Amino acid sequence: MNYIASIGSYFIMIWEVFKKPTKWRIMKTLILKEIDELIYGSLGIIIFISFFIGGVVAIQTALNMTNPLIPENLIGFATRQSVILEFAPTFCSIIMAGKVGSYITSSIGTMRVTEQIDALEVMGVNSLNYLVFPKMIAMFFYPFAIAIAMFVGVLGGWIASSFGGFSSSAAFIEGIQLDFTPYHITYSFIKTIIFAFVIATIPSFHGYFMKGGALEVGKASTTAFVWTSVVIIVLNYILTQLLLG
Amino acid sequence: MIKVDNIHKTFGDAHVLKGISACFDKGKTNLIIGQSGSGKTVFLKCLLGLFTPEEGSIVYDGQDYSELTNNEKRYLRQDMGMVFQGSALFDSMTVQGNIMFPLEMFTKQSVSEMQDRVDFVLKRVNLIDAHHKFPSEISGGMQKRVAIARAIVMNPKYLFCDEPNSGLDPKTAILIDNLIQEITKEYNITTVINTHDMNSVMEIGEKIIFLKDGLKEWEGTKNEIFKTDNDAITNFVYSSELFKKVRQMYIEERN
Repeated sequence: MNYIASIGSYFIMIWEVFKKPTKWRIMKTLILKEIDELIYGSLGIIIFISFFIGGVVAIQTALNMTNPLIPENLIGFATRQSVILEFAPTFCSIIMAGKVGSYITSSIGTMRVTEQIDALEVMGVNSLNYLVFPKMIAMFFYPFAIAIAMFVGVLGGWIASSFGGFSSSAAFIEGIQLDFTPYHITYSFIKTIIFAFVIATIPSFHGYFMKGGALEVGKASTTAFVWTSVVIIVLNYILTQLLLG
Repeated sequence: MIKVDNIHKTFGDAHVLKGISACFDKGKTNLIIGQSGSGKTVFLKCLLGLFTPEEGSIVYDGQDYSELTNNEKRYLRQDMGMVFQGSALFDSMTVQGNIMFPLEMFTKQSVSEMQDRVDFVLKRVNLIDAHHKFPSEISGGMQKRVAIARAIVMNPKYLFCDEPNSGLDPKTAILIDNLIQEITKEYNITTVINTHDMNSVMEIGEKIIFLKDGLKEWEGTKNEIFKTDNDAITNFVYSSELFKKVRQMYIEERN
């Protein structure tokens, strides 16, 4: 019963975010600040993870190709498909749920605990619009980060494969061009946009409606991470079935 | 003037406010006192519109809050200033940013006009050279002053303070009390202060409302509070040794 009430509150919160908008002059600054914090600030970890995941996928594929009849370019092909379809959008989103999600929950939760949200409300500011809307807009730039993750992931695979002696550079590049379906990129970006919305809103919900003190801020961050990850994984399944099935 | 009539507020099974009626006068420092858990903060949050009472009415200079549209409520809130117990300053903003925030949000003033207003209110609360400091870089007393400056920057008609002295040393507490009283008189605003500090009661208690278990137990002035025979308020006021001795002296003098 509590879960149903929470889901209801979540959707009411989303509705409230769009009411009584904050002045554009102020909102513009907030959005730029959030883009810097949520997207630009996450590029380092995204690039790092993607590079090594791409490398590992290439090595694993190569090590499992024991049959000499399987062409060498399959390493590049498998790396591209794995990185574009799953590792960049889904794996990075789980990482972002931890990094960005816990930042969102703890920053909004701390504002709740220290009555800063009450201060906004007393002034007549729609606190949900002021706090959550800029994060939602900033996260619309998340696909740019994922595009970089795709590139770096494939690059990591190419470096691991060619410099590790698993395949020739030419074979790997041939593999990443083989049977390329542009729709897979579209599918990946559709997923990314939906995950971005989830990463911005679920942690905001847990931070905004938290009760208690400093300890509860930590608990809310953990709960937000768990729920964001669960929703991303379930949505990943549904979207894959709908868009590729 | 704020008129409260028979307000009730419940949270689940807990009936926190059980029909409180009161009147807070303009140009006076109105104090709400009572023990922890008596419903003071909930009452104040109802006055601020942060909690909606299930029953009763709150009327601000003839405007019944429950009958206002959302837009009208928003405008009314711009006439309210609030000093929170922990100051509630925005951590990410400097002192200047905190005070300028309501001006940026709700006025069309130019940057220089806003700057002038910030300088004026900071001077009014005796804070100079703190413009570019962050809340974490200033003392508790200074944070309270910034919170007062932020609360009065929009020239409010109503000023609410939730335990403005908590966590301050007695000397700074008196300074803050006097500052609030001076501002109340100077701008002729309706000030409501939530406190359990008896020093504040003695310093600035022009009108006092004593709450007990969600009910208004007593109402009077700072002079009357020491003479009342109401047991609940006597127990509250004379809970400290200092005040017990003061009362003893008063009784001996009277006899």
